[in-house]
Amino acid sequence: MKKKMLSLVLAGAMTAALLTGCGSDGAGSTTDTAAADTAEDAGADNAAADTAATEDAEAAEDTGAADDTQAAAGGTFKIGGIGPLTGGAAVYGIAAMNGSQIAVDEINAAGGINGMTVELNFQDDELDAEKSVNAYNTLKDWGVQVLDGCVTSGCSIAVAAKTAEDRIFQLTPSGSAVECVTNDNSFRVCFSDPNQGAASAQYIGEHGLASKVAVIYDSSDVYSSGIYEKFAKEAANQPFEIVTAGAFTADNKTDFSVQLQQAKDAGADLVFLPIYYNEAALILKQASDMGFDVQFFGCDGLDGILGVENFDASLAEGVMLLTPFAADATDDLTVKFVTTYNEKFGETPNQFAADGYDAIYTIKAAAEQAGITADMSNEEICTALSTAMTQITVDGLTGEGITWDASGEPTKEPKAVVIKDGVYTAM
Amino acid sequence: MKTKAGRLSKTTKNDLITYAMVIVVYIVMQILVSTGHVSSLIQGLLVPFCTYVIVAVALNLTVGILGELSLGHAGFMCVGAFSSAVFSLAFKDAIPGGLRFFLALLIGAAAAAMVGFLVGIPVLRLRGDYLAIVTLAFGEIIKNIINALYLGVDENGVHFTMKDALSLNMADDGVMLIKGAQGVTGTPNDSSFTIGVVLVLVTLFIVLNFIHSRTGRAVMSIRDNRIAAESIGINVTKYKLIAFTISASLAGVAGVLYAHNLSTLNALPKNFGYNMSIMILVFVVLGGIGNIRGSIIAAVLLTLLPEVLRALSDYRMLIYAIVLIAMMIFNWSPNAIFLRKRLKQRLTTGRKSGKEA
Repeated sequence: MKKKMLSLVLAGAMTAALLTGCGSDGAGSTTDTAAADTAEDAGADNAAADTAATEDAEAAEDTGAADDTQAAAGGTFKIGGIGPLTGGAAVYGIAAMNGSQIAVDEINAAGGINGMTVELNFQDDELDAEKSVNAYNTLKDWGVQVLDGCVTSGCSIAVAAKTAEDRIFQLTPSGSAVECVTNDNSFRVCFSDPNQGAASAQYIGEHGLASKVAVIYDSSDVYSSGIYEKFAKEAANQPFEIVTAGAFTADNKTDFSVQLQQAKDAGADLVFLPIYYNEAALILKQASDMGFDVQFFGCDGLDGILGVENFDASLAEGVMLLTPFAADATDDLTVKFVTTYNEKFGETPNQFAADGYDAIYTIKAAAEQAGITADMSNEEICTALSTAMTQITVDGLTGEGITWDASGEPTKEPKAVVIKDGVYTAM
Repeated sequence: MKTKAGRLSKTTKNDLITYAMVIVVYIVMQILVSTGHVSSLIQGLLVPFCTYVIVAVALNLTVGILGELSLGHAGFMCVGAFSSAVFSLAFKDAIPGGLRFFLALLIGAAAAAMVGFLVGIPVLRLRGDYLAIVTLAFGEIIKNIINALYLGVDENGVHFTMKDALSLNMADDGVMLIKGAQGVTGTPNDSSFTIGVVLVLVTLFIVLNFIHSRTGRAVMSIRDNRIAAESIGINVTKYKLIAFTISASLAGVAGVLYAHNLSTLNALPKNFGYNMSIMILVFVVLGGIGNIRGSIIAAVLLTLLPEVLRALSDYRMLIYAIVLIAMMIFNWSPNAIFLRKRLKQRLTTGRKSGKEA
């Protein structure tokens, strides 16, 4: 009888929970979102967005009075974001969310997109494809019109299958695997992995940086192994050879002495690091400890290496990287973005933040090109935006004059930078 | 026979309640979905519910009935998921959907059962908590192997390597099946809520009947007193192995359902690591060790909870942990049980007196 009671209680709780879940897709949605916004923004000290959201809710209430003078008169444009906000990869998701939020605030302050106020709802996926789909479904209940996500490749692929089904336009800021943009409604802001690998090999070859190259990469990471794969393929056409390729996995990424010793023994004069900056910082430290003085070359993952805690920045002196975004760049757009980001979130933005920022501005450019209005259905928006994407040119943080073709890949020039006197300097 | 006389035995009645619960929930959900009363979030969660219910019931067979601790059920799920996903991807165009999924199910279940059997042979001979240690290691090994595995197929046949995608030397028209850390991409979406519920019912049918069978009673006798069981001539290792293999293969079935619900499949610590194994164990412990119906309810509740708490954004995981602790206390603390009993007594007496009045 005790068991019966227990199951009764649990079943009751389940039903209650189900009902709560169902309730949020009804009329209560406006208030829900406003409340969620407040909760999200409270930490970010983001009063502007709050006011905008409240104003908008008020405007939505008295739709009878058509006040064209107000910015919110064109209704709201709901952009959903998905990325890891908790767990090991939270750095990337939070950066992309913050970058997107800055862009949204700027756009709203300047009158929105086609007169529509932009609302951003960023959901956590914990770097899990299944949770990512859940996050996407949550956004659908919220009434998402355009998806700014996902931040990571695996999640992007899983969600892309769903957006293609539902005909919702998807622009991933940083999902770099090839498969992220195979559908006609999905585009990306960042370089694809193969693109970066090939570009790095060409850059090293054309500038005659080395004749013997060693590679250290993370074989358990999609980003890293994707770049390496294409780099190795392209290297065959270039005037240098790959002498060793040392792999490591996410489970043992603290000791690189074996890979470095291999590279040293093989007489490599350049080490290619298609990895993220945390591991790269360790590699630089260990290389200097063992007296291995060599040229290091990396991709956009290395951006941020100067900000690693307890890292002697002098070790990074002379490291070259091919990156679309460098926080120390002196152009107006970057300076403004970095200052705003620093003020709001108290840290220097990385490339994910820049990708998130550019994603929102890309959506804006495409929406203006296509003349999107708030009352269009998701399918209409999706079709219109997919066409508009191939017609626009965006000057963003991660490249000037970015264009897209129907495949969803961006065309932009990677910038090669070298770390000189503790700052990123263009080469 | 009691059943002939129209009076069901207590266990049969209990089992029927479990089946009925699943079917009623299924019908109610179908009605709600078709009338548009269910949010997209819940609709998207229906298949994961089934996945986790199956794996929780499977683990309950090991933990509750066999009395051994397994910390590698996510590993068995992983084996089932990858073997079936590779099969489905390779024969995506060759075999029509329904049949392909059925075959994928068999393959996933068989692969997981085989691996479970191999792990079980040496370990189940031992006494003590060795199964927990070995399965924990097994889960991690499987995850790492799959992350290093490259498998492709082209006109020359099947290629595989543990090095990198280039060393496969594939022809240009070849299809990559497993691409190292990137896993399997493009698995057909064959899972549906209906299939999930059918699989849940099949799982329940297998497990509940197993428990009440002669073999099941032998397994439970080993759990309760190994020496006594041996003394009456029960082959301890054999019966342990049977139960564990069934449990592993059912976890494989859950993996198949998981793999065919998403278009991408990676072996990440998040979905197939030991954290997931422990999550499954939490379903079982919370639902009650040995209590199949409890596992079902706990699996559904705990899958739903973090999603429902999304509105709390950053505090979500904190609240989730607190709710988990609160539920554990409510379910298992002697004081809470006593309180519940008293409450129930008052309720029943209250009802009776109400009737009389």
